[in-house]
Amino acid sequence: MKNEGETAQRPDNTAFTQQRLPAWQPILSAGIVIPGFLVIGLAFIGIGVGLFLTSQTIQVLEMDYTGVATDSSCFRCSMTSSQNCTCEITFSLDKLFTGPVFFYYGLSNYYQNFRKYGVSLDYYQLSGDTQYFTSPQSVCSPYSYDNQNRPIVPCGAIANSMFNDTFELYQIINGTKNLVPLDGKGIAWWTDYNIKYRNPSFVNGSLANAFAGTVKPINWPKPAYDLDSTDPNNNGFLNQDFLVWMRRAALPQFRKLYRRITEGNYAAGLPAGNYSMTVHYNYPVLTFDGRKKVVFSNVSWMGGRNDFLGIAYLVVGSLCVVMSIIMLIVYAKFKFSDDDA
Amino acid sequence: MGSLLSACGINVKKKKVEEERRLRANDREFNLSFKYANNAIKTSKYNVFTFLPLNLFEQFQRLANAYFVFLLILQLIPQISSLSWFTTVVPLLLVLSITLAKDLSDDITRHKNDKQVNNRKVEVLIDGELKTERWMNVQVGDIVKLENNEFVTADLLLLSSSEPLNLIYIETAELDGETNLKVKQALTLTGELCNDIQRLAAFKGEVRCEPPNNRLDKFTGTLVVGGETFALDNERILLRGCTLRNTEWCFGLVLFGGPDTKLMQNSGKSIFKRTSIDHLMNVLVLFIFGFLAFMCTILSIGNAIWEYQEGNSFIVFLPRADGANASLSAFLTFWSYVIILNTVVPISLYVSVEILRLGNSYFIDWDRKMYHVKSDTPAQARTTTLNEELGQIKYIFSDKTGTLTQNIMTFNRCSINGKSYGEVVDFAGQRVEVTEKTEKVDFSWNLLADPKFFFHDHKLVEAVKLGSPEVHAFFRLLALCHTVMPEEKTQGDLFYQAQSPDEGALVTAARNFGFVFRARTPETISVVEMGIETTYELLAVLDFNNVRKRMSVIVRNPEGKLMLYCKGADTIIYERLHPSCSKVMEVTTEHLNEYAGEGLRTLALAYKDLDEDKFAEWRRRHHEASIALEDREEKLDAIYEEIEKDLILIGASAVEDKLQDGVPQTIEQLAKADIKIWVLTGDKQETAENIGYSCNMLREEMTEIFIVAANTAEEVREELVNARKKMSPESGDEPPMEKSRFLGKKSQVVEDEKVDGEYGLVINGHSLAFALQKDMQVELLRTACMCQTVICCRVTPLQKAQVVELVKKHKKAVTLAIGDGANDVSMIKTAHIGVGISGQEGMQAVLSSDFSFAQFRYLQRLLLVHGRWSYLRMCTFLRYFFYKNFTFTFVHFWYAFFCGFSAQTVYDEWYITLYNLVYTALPVLGISLFDQDVNDRWSFQYPQLYAPGQMNQYFSKMAFAKILLHSCYSSLILFFVPWAAMWDTVRDDGKDIADYQSFALLAQTCLLIAVSVQLGLDTYYWTAVNHFFLWGSLSVYFAVTFTMYSNGMYLIFTSSFPFIGTARNSLNQPNVWLTIFLTTILCVLPVVAKRFLFIQFKPTINDKVRHKVKQAKAEPPPPPQRFPRRRISTRRSGYAFSHARGYGDLVTSGRFLRIPVKSRPALFSKNESPVADSTPQTYISIFEETQNP
Repeated sequence: MKNEGETAQRPDNTAFTQQRLPAWQPILSAGIVIPGFLVIGLAFIGIGVGLFLTSQTIQVLEMDYTGVATDSSCFRCSMTSSQNCTCEITFSLDKLFTGPVFFYYGLSNYYQNFRKYGVSLDYYQLSGDTQYFTSPQSVCSPYSYDNQNRPIVPCGAIANSMFNDTFELYQIINGTKNLVPLDGKGIAWWTDYNIKYRNPSFVNGSLANAFAGTVKPINWPKPAYDLDSTDPNNNGFLNQDFLVWMRRAALPQFRKLYRRITEGNYAAGLPAGNYSMTVHYNYPVLTFDGRKKVVFSNVSWMGGRNDFLGIAYLVVGSLCVVMSIIMLIVYAKFKFSDDDA
Repeated sequence: MGSLLSACGINVKKKKVEEERRLRANDREFNLSFKYANNAIKTSKYNVFTFLPLNLFEQFQRLANAYFVFLLILQLIPQISSLSWFTTVVPLLLVLSITLAKDLSDDITRHKNDKQVNNRKVEVLIDGELKTERWMNVQVGDIVKLENNEFVTADLLLLSSSEPLNLIYIETAELDGETNLKVKQALTLTGELCNDIQRLAAFKGEVRCEPPNNRLDKFTGTLVVGGETFALDNERILLRGCTLRNTEWCFGLVLFGGPDTKLMQNSGKSIFKRTSIDHLMNVLVLFIFGFLAFMCTILSIGNAIWEYQEGNSFIVFLPRADGANASLSAFLTFWSYVIILNTVVPISLYVSVEILRLGNSYFIDWDRKMYHVKSDTPAQARTTTLNEELGQIKYIFSDKTGTLTQNIMTFNRCSINGKSYGEVVDFAGQRVEVTEKTEKVDFSWNLLADPKFFFHDHKLVEAVKLGSPEVHAFFRLLALCHTVMPEEKTQGDLFYQAQSPDEGALVTAARNFGFVFRARTPETISVVEMGIETTYELLAVLDFNNVRKRMSVIVRNPEGKLMLYCKGADTIIYERLHPSCSKVMEVTTEHLNEYAGEGLRTLALAYKDLDEDKFAEWRRRHHEASIALEDREEKLDAIYEEIEKDLILIGASAVEDKLQDGVPQTIEQLAKADIKIWVLTGDKQETAENIGYSCNMLREEMTEIFIVAANTAEEVREELVNARKKMSPESGDEPPMEKSRFLGKKSQVVEDEKVDGEYGLVINGHSLAFALQKDMQVELLRTACMCQTVICCRVTPLQKAQVVELVKKHKKAVTLAIGDGANDVSMIKTAHIGVGISGQEGMQAVLSSDFSFAQFRYLQRLLLVHGRWSYLRMCTFLRYFFYKNFTFTFVHFWYAFFCGFSAQTVYDEWYITLYNLVYTALPVLGISLFDQDVNDRWSFQYPQLYAPGQMNQYFSKMAFAKILLHSCYSSLILFFVPWAAMWDTVRDDGKDIADYQSFALLAQTCLLIAVSVQLGLDTYYWTAVNHFFLWGSLSVYFAVTFTMYSNGMYLIFTSSFPFIGTARNSLNQPNVWLTIFLTTILCVLPVVAKRFLFIQFKPTINDKVRHKVKQAKAEPPPPPQRFPRRRISTRRSGYAFSHARGYGDLVTSGRFLRIPVKSRPALFSKNESPVADSTPQTYISIFEETQNP
């Protein structure tokens, strides 16, 4: 019998120290890989078909109103620098545009994702911290102070460049223009509206007083507390259009939700017929070769229309099926023998 | 750690170079004027105040950390900063603090050790009396008193001792690893001081000596006392690190203190070894830096073009403080992208690599199958940074004694007067294999017998009992003719101290057969012959040396007859035999051949009666020669030669040099793994060859075994060339150098040449010296590398290192040196990996090794299992690590083309911070600690699995290029699929989803899932830990993401977490998940398909074995137990004997034997190593084989 001292240094006999932990050791055998590819392929084709068909059912109507072409109705507005230029676009629908219809504006060649543009905002200001009203953070520069050294609220390039074209949509029924009611509520993210952005506390019962001592962004026609004259609750940092704009786009071509068409006769969608849209053309994009458009679209469970996913799934699925056949052939032909290991 | 080195280095550098040391005993004032270091040592690096600044300073000297700081500085420049500071600071702090903690704990240990050593007590002579003082307060010039078993305080000049002739005994194990005692002697002048305190205090000797240096074997200086000058040499010096033994007390004068001592001057000089993967990584990191600059340049050019074409006109909406300037903007963009793309330079890689190497080292330490029960020694990974190289070994350089063999000699056979003994035969007269169960000879009749000695042939003991005069003469010779020291602590408990294990074995054999060597004085040898106390007068010892290859003693037996007993190499003895014994000679030769065939080490024994007058005359001349000042050795040899002739042959002895357990099997396995084994031994050619055969390295069925033993350079070259031509007739004269990659730089690497058949090469030390000369090196290398087995004999420690160096330099291969003794240190340090055999005496080899274990056979487990796994894991880790970081980074690159090259990141900054640290850290660590392609049993079953490591297949520049392409593909998928999927799309409630934040979240989730699945694909061995790490990390990712994007975090840290709500709004969308699914499948399936097809087309050995494992569903059978084959050959084995000069001088000089044995403390303490106790019939050598120059 050995006493304790003689084997004092003997390592512990555990599965861990002896590297004998039980383990699953999968290998890429033909029995797994080939059927696996086939199953994945078939599943992908299934999903792809579903996605593609869904995407096809989504109706999208896009109209560029930048006015580049001389014969387009907004050409006039694109040339002038006047602020209050309006132009009219007409279109017709030959079948019902199923509701709820979403009304977007779209910009292209517009770099909201430019790094310096993207950081040019002050989250403290936007969460209603009035301390930052008097001294905006330096990231907003050069839109922190105006040329008289007064603080700009909301400061920064994003706010300053807020999209300010407005639209009115009319259905033309027997020659008369029938205003289609547009719903501007609930177009921003719930978290943005309820948590991320907050107005400063009212001073003397008025939002405007809270902004005292600050100036509006240079490009804005009206100060923040007066963005929506029709609805006092839709002002300041909680203005829905402002919130939508502040959620900057990932890519240089993007669309943003302008209004929803959900009310009255149009709750079920836009009926077939002729429509006219009045554009209050304010936002200059031609200097940097940008484009503006309006988009009407409805949505499905997979969101807006995007054929890519469906097609990608179909292609990948088919490739998998093809691959599994190729592998089967290779396996049958080359299958390495076991005895030479 | 190297800290010791630098600490000492700093100390040394600070001081002015000392040219000569002057000091005066008992004169502190005089000595202090030279400002010599006192005896305090400091191996610690820091103190409380310097720790933080010094450690940080050191850390920032590392390239990786410096790069971090450079990035941090870039990030602080507002125009450039493209990422928040925390993305750099958090990882940096983590890395710094891990290192900081490690260094702190190391330094605390060192502080403790220093304190313990510095506070040891010693008696110092101060102001005429002995005072107990701490070591650290001892000054140069002080006289200290040491007592038995005390450590030597500093480097001392020995003044006096308690022992006669002013001798002292010291053990130098801590210094050079040798456990045998060494003798030092004081000058007679100082020796007279004795322990007279008054006289010692009045001693005013002045010493002039060499400045501090690290040569342990050399000392020069003078002592001036009262105008008389005495020369001082190493004999008088006691070095710090030694221990006083068997000496009651001694006095010494401190010459060097603390950092100046030779021990400290020698410490920390270890070479820092790096693996080939380290070197490759350095090259790759440089390449990556270049690649980073290239990417940044492209992007900055892109930025210039964009600024010129678009940016200028987009200025309406973009803030421009200082106006748009395309070239300035491009310049700033370059640096901004350096920050963003910094993740291609794998900084955390270094930390992770260290962690996983450490982990794999622990697995080696923990392995029970490399634990030796008998010596209670576990394997130990002493260097934790070399593991993966264990999986790439191509050449093993092995020592013989103590490594392949046990250095244990057993007396196995003998031939006495033409009769052979020692063979066990059954009733039918057939030879029987000796096993544990074979009946042993009973020695109980002999009270003085060594119980650990076993013999199996009863005939011999019967012959002894019957009183056969030849047999008695045989054992009498063995009991008399040697230089062994006996030690008898208690009555009958004999212990022998021999400098060669062969001698010990022979004397022990004589002891058990009734001729017990009991005691010796300079003039006598006491032997108990068959129970009767007999005393022989010892007249001369004609000691062994390598030229003589024999030793003799001349004794006068109780009857008054003069006898010469001689033992030595058979060839040598045969030349000196009397013609009358030709008949015995013939039979004995046959027996010798038989023993040699069995791999035994043989000695021929002979005696001679001497004539009284002739001897007296001889003795006179012998005395003359022995006091000659010139050519003493030669003269003595000639004198010896005169008397050693006309000998009468008694017989021959055969001693088995026992192999370590499992050596032949291990060598066979390693050979199957295509590892070449070279034996570099100090032994003679015959002995080495012998072992070569018995451990299966040389085989009878080999095509040819070349033996190079020539005397001139030209002959050596000729033999080498001839051997090469024979192996490969078409091989040219010019060595096939590998094509150099860089123009103008000549490659040193010699390519392997193909040979048919198996060859062996044996080369002796003399030829090796020629072959290692500059112009012949390559010739030697070419020839040697074509052979299966190479054995170099009579190799000096330096040559061992040279051979290793030669292969290292000219072959693109990883080398491993394994050895156990001080003479292997140089080769252990030179080779890529040094392995020390531990658990035996002498720690020197282990101390300088990278891995140590108790038995040679563990080498196969270390290489074929641990090494292979480590290499596999390291390569899997590196491939995956580069892949995940490149993929991560390249997505930024593609995004640049869509964001105006503005250095906008694709991901959230927090994700960038945590990606390497949290989300992907553990899974990859899991795979690199636990992965195994096949388990250890199968690894042994198929040693061929080792080959990919030798060929660097798993991680090379090629593999790196593939990773780069793979990452490129993955990043394209990971960027463009989300890009296309999010193009102009919206949520299912019509709201925004193509915004930057949602896109970032989508891209980062796709990336993380894709790389996690890729990891799963790379994992061979899914333990619960792997599952936990992988799924855990993914869950942590989602948990952290939802937390960081939650309301609470935003309300508390408003500007740090602007992604509020993104996770909620985006991850509930079906198209987001469909996109994630699609990217993952697109990233992974091509890899699966590729791997599957490659397995079908070109299955690697790995694939095949894994397939087999899957089919077998059971463990492979354990390898069959093989018994070493008995080889009948006509080869003449080498005789073996002590390779160092024996104690002959000491024995006859009587220097240390003057006092009665009983009153002295034990001269040689009993070796209590467990090996000695548990191994039967053993004899342990105290001398490592050392070399003649």
